Amino acid sequence: MIAFLIRRLLQGAMVMLAVAFIAFSMFRFVGDPVTNMLPQDATLEQRAELQERLGLNASLPVQFGNFVTNAVQGNFGVSYRNQRPVSDLIAERLPATLEMVFAAVVMSLVIGIPMGVYTALRRDSWLSHLFQALSLTGISVPTFVTGILLILVFSVWLNWLPSFGRGEVVELGWWSTGLLTVSGVKALIMPVITLSLFQITLIMRLVRAEMLEVLKTDYIRFARARGLTNRVVNFGHALRNTLMPVITITGLQIGALIAFAIITETVFQWPGMGLLFMQAVSFVDIPVMSAYLVMVSLIFVVINTIVDMLYFVVDPRLRVDTGQNKTGA
Amino acid sequence: MTAHETTPVLEVSDLHIEFDTRRGALKAIDGVSLQIAPGEILGVVGESGAGKSLTGTAITGLLETPGRISAGQIRLEGKRIDNLSQEEMRRLRGRDIGAIFQDPLTSLNPLYTIGHQLVETIRTHLPMSKKEARRRAIRMLEEVGLPAPETRIDQYPHQFSGGMRQRVVIALALCVEPRLVIADEPTTALDVSVQAQIIAVLKRLCREKGTAVMLVTHDMGVIAEAADRVAVMYAGRLAEVGPVTDVIKHAKHPYTRGLMNSIPTILNDVDRLEQIEGSMPRLASIPDGCAFNPRCPRAFSRCRTERPDLIAVENSDAACWLVEETAMTDRSPWPTSAPSPTADHRRGANA
Amino acid sequence: MSTTTQRLGNSLYRFIDSDLFYSFRRSPVTIVASVVVVTLILAAILAPWIAPHDPFDVSTLSLLNSELPPAWVSGGDSAFLLGTDGQGRDVLSAILYGARISILVGLASVAFAMVLGVCLGLLAAYVGGAVDATIMRIADIMISFPPILVALLINGVARGVLPPEMQHDAVIFVLILAIGLTTWVQYARTVRGSTLVEKNREYVLAARVIGLRSRAIMARHILPNVVGPILVVATVNLAIAILIEAALSFLGVGMPPTEPSLGTLIRIGNEFLFSGVWWVVIFPSMVLVLLVLSVNLLGDWLRDALNPKLR
Repeated sequence: MIAFLIRRLLQGAMVMLAVAFIAFSMFRFVGDPVTNMLPQDATLEQRAELQERLGLNASLPVQFGNFVTNAVQGNFGVSYRNQRPVSDLIAERLPATLEMVFAAVVMSLVIGIPMGVYTALRRDSWLSHLFQALSLTGISVPTFVTGILLILVFSVWLNWLPSFGRGEVVELGWWSTGLLTVSGVKALIMPVITLSLFQITLIMRLVRAEMLEVLKTDYIRFARARGLTNRVVNFGHALRNTLMPVITITGLQIGALIAFAIITETVFQWPGMGLLFMQAVSFVDIPVMSAYLVMVSLIFVVINTIVDMLYFVVDPRLRVDTGQNKTGA
Repeated sequence: MTAHETTPVLEVSDLHIEFDTRRGALKAIDGVSLQIAPGEILGVVGESGAGKSLTGTAITGLLETPGRISAGQIRLEGKRIDNLSQEEMRRLRGRDIGAIFQDPLTSLNPLYTIGHQLVETIRTHLPMSKKEARRRAIRMLEEVGLPAPETRIDQYPHQFSGGMRQRVVIALALCVEPRLVIADEPTTALDVSVQAQIIAVLKRLCREKGTAVMLVTHDMGVIAEAADRVAVMYAGRLAEVGPVTDVIKHAKHPYTRGLMNSIPTILNDVDRLEQIEGSMPRLASIPDGCAFNPRCPRAFSRCRTERPDLIAVENSDAACWLVEETAMTDRSPWPTSAPSPTADHRRGANA
Repeated sequence: MSTTTQRLGNSLYRFIDSDLFYSFRRSPVTIVASVVVVTLILAAILAPWIAPHDPFDVSTLSLLNSELPPAWVSGGDSAFLLGTDGQGRDVLSAILYGARISILVGLASVAFAMVLGVCLGLLAAYVGGAVDATIMRIADIMISFPPILVALLINGVARGVLPPEMQHDAVIFVLILAIGLTTWVQYARTVRGSTLVEKNREYVLAARVIGLRSRAIMARHILPNVVGPILVVATVNLAIAILIEAALSFLGVGMPPTEPSLGTLIRIGNEFLFSGVWWVVIFPSMVLVLLVLSVNLLGDWLRDALNPKLR
């Protein structure tokens, strides 16, 4: 268990190092940072001074080392566009994105899992066919189209919900939340639906496929042959085994949701990291882009490690095997 | 048949199973009739695809679409069970009919302790507290020969070897003391050294509890070891049914003889094993008359047109026109000196 | 000559009699989906000839015709069936040209990803060792990152690297490159998996024992085996590629308004949303959804039809 944990952390560190390298390369080689950071009419002295201050005269490995050291301390330099520290910009935007993403994850699990279980157990009922058809549509409708349609119907035509922004937020220390005000919650509804629609269908299809697979296994047939009730077989045995891969995918999907949040945030002008990133992309604001990349990767790695840990809790085979390995070897 | 005058535990009569496909219904089981008396072990043998397992699956009521029983009856202790509702059938399974599957590695849910799986089975069928059920589970594990059942009951399936897991599966099948056990290739997935132990456990427990067993296998060694009577299946039909020694030593059906002659034995000092030419027909292309006729060395014109029913001869029943002819002329169809493996030989080979 | 026609006839018969064609005939949804896909592709190819207007010919545009609603709504003009946008461009014509670019980018990036993925997959399985480990490790990392993010980054880097004067012409190739580099992993995994399975099959070992070149054997046996799965992956990925392109264009980093894809059209239409001019955004969205949905339906059917385990 501890050996596994260390191995996972090392792997995570390797991935982060690779990402940091990409981020560093972007910063160093895409465009000229000095030109980007100074006004057009800067003098040669100013250029030389900035070059020195950014440490660009050192050798590349030293520069990379400095970049990593700074990144670990949360220092990603200054945004080209609005001349503010990137870490401040990210910290401001992080809560908005995370609130939306976690609301979407909860929603996709709460709706997706029951739909998947139902369609797997009642394969031929009309409701299952309807769910299947809906899920295919859900996968085929792009996030931004969903958002635009929602805005058109609920903001432009019906005028029920706000079409942009977070509404009123409450500051809880450094975290700003929109969950405590009516306007905040109203503002959250459409973005969350937009973001989770694709996930709901994905979770549903995954649960259905896994459950059908599990229902065909010998231990399920044997459980039926032992005369266990359908409820026990389906929910006690099949569902529990089905949910194992669902845990992994959900973990991975949190990453995907953060990425999809870029689109959702653009559609709803949601003041999160995704909108920040898109603005950075259109202005080739490299420090913000690389900081975003590092942040998102960090969230990925952390979530993946947590998911792996969770596996140990859920699957007795992993739990005991390592124990045996330790005593055996 | 005179030995079994009591009501048979299992009585299958004229069972037909069909699979609906896009090219019409395929007959997978075509008029199979079987009986098993209390405490009796009936071995069911045949090549893969002959319909052995399918018959077992139909008896437990676990046939899956597109398979369905198209004709015939299945009776458990005289009571028809093939027309029961799903829920009634569910209650029967585990309580009156136990099942043992081929692969003990995949028969147990890896996420639950064996104790959990035993207790849930017992409590599904018997009104017991968790404590009582657990005590019964431990006793059951002891009976199947699992060492230190009190501690091992709380372990997960992957912590057991294949043979031990099959013992657990047997415990699960027998823990509510069913009248009938369907054992589908219970030893095929196991090491040869473990096979005999598992068969011994199964045989002892069923003798003690008077449980009838349908032992599906393609391993004649297992049959010789355990079965009282044998049913030989070919292409979804019964070829021959009879007491184990008769079938092994004095097979009546040419297919059975071919089957016996294709088994290697130590005492049979032959250079070459005999083999049956050709292969079993596919379900879509079963020939007219006797299904075996294209491969039968002794087939004659009647075999190609008319399908033989089971015909009683000596202690056995065989579906073969040769038997009828010899019954009329009162002459054995076979030279008596033909080599045939016996139960004793097999035992020697296994030990 | 007659033998070739005969052979052709035979394979035609085999196709019509095949399970694949049978399941196709049995599935009305699949038939409709394939009709939609074929129609859209034809319409896209023929856009210059069938489009009622040339949306890129500025001389024919007139601001007098701007923001006209669809023909069946009051105030609509029968010359502009689906209405016009803010510059008086015919929405229907713009959609036809837009679908042309969307489908072109989709197909090209699928082809690029397929070639890349199949080559890398074969290389990984065939060479093995460190090469295999490296390729599959990169694949693992790539697949754990959402495609849209990877495509955005590759796209962003390419735009930063390219000199500004080339950016406009190169944008379509940048898109194809970005989407292709994002989606090759599944092909590589599929090919590698099948190759490894076949590599250890007895007939390959047997062929080696009798001195046949294993490469020839594998090429003859592995490729037919992976054609089915690759086809499924390619179909599903066509939908994904079209979606990624649309998303990038919607975000403003894809096709420019002068050469719009469906995603660009939706981006343009989105700006009209609050003035109640819904048709500029709704019709391109509908076509995009229809296209992606139909391709997805075909992919779903193909996967089920080629995988007998599921039936």
